[in-house]
Amino acid sequence: MTSTARMERLSLRRWAARVIRSDSITGYGLISPALFLMLLLLAYPFVLAVYISLTDRILGEPGEFIWLRNFLKLFQDKFFLETVRNSFIYTISTVSLKLVLGLVLALLLNQEFPHKNLVRGALLLPWIVPTSLSVLTWLWMFDSLFSVINYILLGLGIIPKKIPWLGDPFWAMVSVIIVNTWRGLPFFAVSILAGLMAIPQPLYEAAKVDGAQPFRQFWHITLPLLQPVIAVVVLFSTIWTFADFQIVYILTHGGPINATQIFATMAYDVALVAGRIGEGSAISLFLFPALLVVVILMLRYLRRD
Amino acid sequence: MSRRHLRIIKRIFGLYLPLTAFLFFALFPFYWMFISSFKTNPELYNLRAKRLLINNPTLEQFRELFRKTAIIRWLWNSFFISFLTSTISMAFGIMAGYALARLKFPGAEAFGLATFITYLVPTTLIFIPLASVVKSLRLTNSIWALVVTYPTFLIPFCTWMLIAYFKSIPKDMEECAMIDGCSRIGAMVRIVLPMAIPGIVFCGMFSFTLSWNEFVYALTFISSTTHKTISVAVPTELIRQDAYFWGELMAASLIGSVPVALLYSFFMDYFVSGLTAGALKG
Repeated sequence: MTSTARMERLSLRRWAARVIRSDSITGYGLISPALFLMLLLLAYPFVLAVYISLTDRILGEPGEFIWLRNFLKLFQDKFFLETVRNSFIYTISTVSLKLVLGLVLALLLNQEFPHKNLVRGALLLPWIVPTSLSVLTWLWMFDSLFSVINYILLGLGIIPKKIPWLGDPFWAMVSVIIVNTWRGLPFFAVSILAGLMAIPQPLYEAAKVDGAQPFRQFWHITLPLLQPVIAVVVLFSTIWTFADFQIVYILTHGGPINATQIFATMAYDVALVAGRIGEGSAISLFLFPALLVVVILMLRYLRRD
Repeated sequence: MSRRHLRIIKRIFGLYLPLTAFLFFALFPFYWMFISSFKTNPELYNLRAKRLLINNPTLEQFRELFRKTAIIRWLWNSFFISFLTSTISMAFGIMAGYALARLKFPGAEAFGLATFITYLVPTTLIFIPLASVVKSLRLTNSIWALVVTYPTFLIPFCTWMLIAYFKSIPKDMEECAMIDGCSRIGAMVRIVLPMAIPGIVFCGMFSFTLSWNEFVYALTFISSTTHKTISVAVPTELIRQDAYFWGELMAASLIGSVPVALLYSFFMDYFVSGLTAGALKG
């Protein structure tokens, strides 16, 4: 008993000595501003979000503690269940579109051609320009009367009559998916391109000597070696898309008849437009499980490397 | 058909055609934004005109925009906020990134993990309670609300990028400097920072872009016209009671997009190398 106590005291003293060593003090000094801001404006609001979601707070009134009643109410709310479904459709379809198209685009950009830097820069534009402003352009392109997309498609004889882009539940979802894919594609393409450039060339030469056709080279060399990059990019994009706000807010406001409502836009409407802050908080907390899954998978991936 | 012909055909179908399609998809909205802002109102809403061209170029939309709206003010707000927040975040990010890359201290790993996780936290997860934090700091409806909150997503980004960057710089030189009597901070400022300039430039400009483009916080915390940023003001102030003035809207979108497009065309090389480094390491 006494010996373990002594050992504990000893290790405590050693620990104290380590803390006092100058590296530690410098280290804490250097991280403290970042730590302070993150605790005050990230960790504390998160705890507050959980607390508010357990109250019936409305704008201007603190509200009372009602345990999980907001969540129970949401599970019986037809609009909320539609929002859940829409969020999954939106995320799964845009992430898979971005992945497939991003892979194709990266393979194209990995070839040699003139003005490559210029082309690469031009392709990145959708990702750089303020989303709210470029989405306004899409709103104008989808306009019910003056849609330039319909103008082109009708002119080329591809469609027989106008497509009601934002006026119809199905086409509205298609529209937000197109715009999200447009905005996110450059991130996929550039990241996958970086992964492609890191694959050692001798591997392909060896495969050629063995008589492997381009498709088999792609399947047995390129894809397996790209897997880590693809995993990271897909995980990033999944959480960003799941929590997306601007595209839907500007294009459709969640409509028509709730057809494109997703978590973030519904949380905004309920909390800040309708003023039911407790319920709105509960809705945005539904993003947390998604975040948790992404974080766990990401950490597992990074640990393995 | 000769082998040369075959190669040309393969090149057209395997590279140029699909690449053109991607370029068209990526750039057409910008083309449409551009030409819509140089058309007169009658031309914009004339379905019989040649709509993909400008028939009577005019600056009318821009004149109206500057005359009727506070666009100069919005641009200034965006610039002020983006400049300040990216500078602050870069400074704090350099400090934290250096500490995590070079110094061993208890809790360093946990802090690194926390930065990484906060880097993934979407703004829409906490914007509702953050609004009440902003209110209790008495910053509601002030641009300082954004100056204070933007670093929460910029610092984790800068820190995480710079850890990878600092780690790629060899330790020998700063160790030599420290043996010669330089302090830890002195070695960091005089030896490591100059060598990390490409990474720091990338972080700075990317943070600037992220601030310039931010939407959710700016929409939530600020309601008065004169304090809005350009990315929120254009969709909220220029659309009046469901009346869309498309010429002015497109002109304003163009003006709001040009600064970031310019910024990044100057630093394109930093940008792509930084982005790819981040994608591979982060």
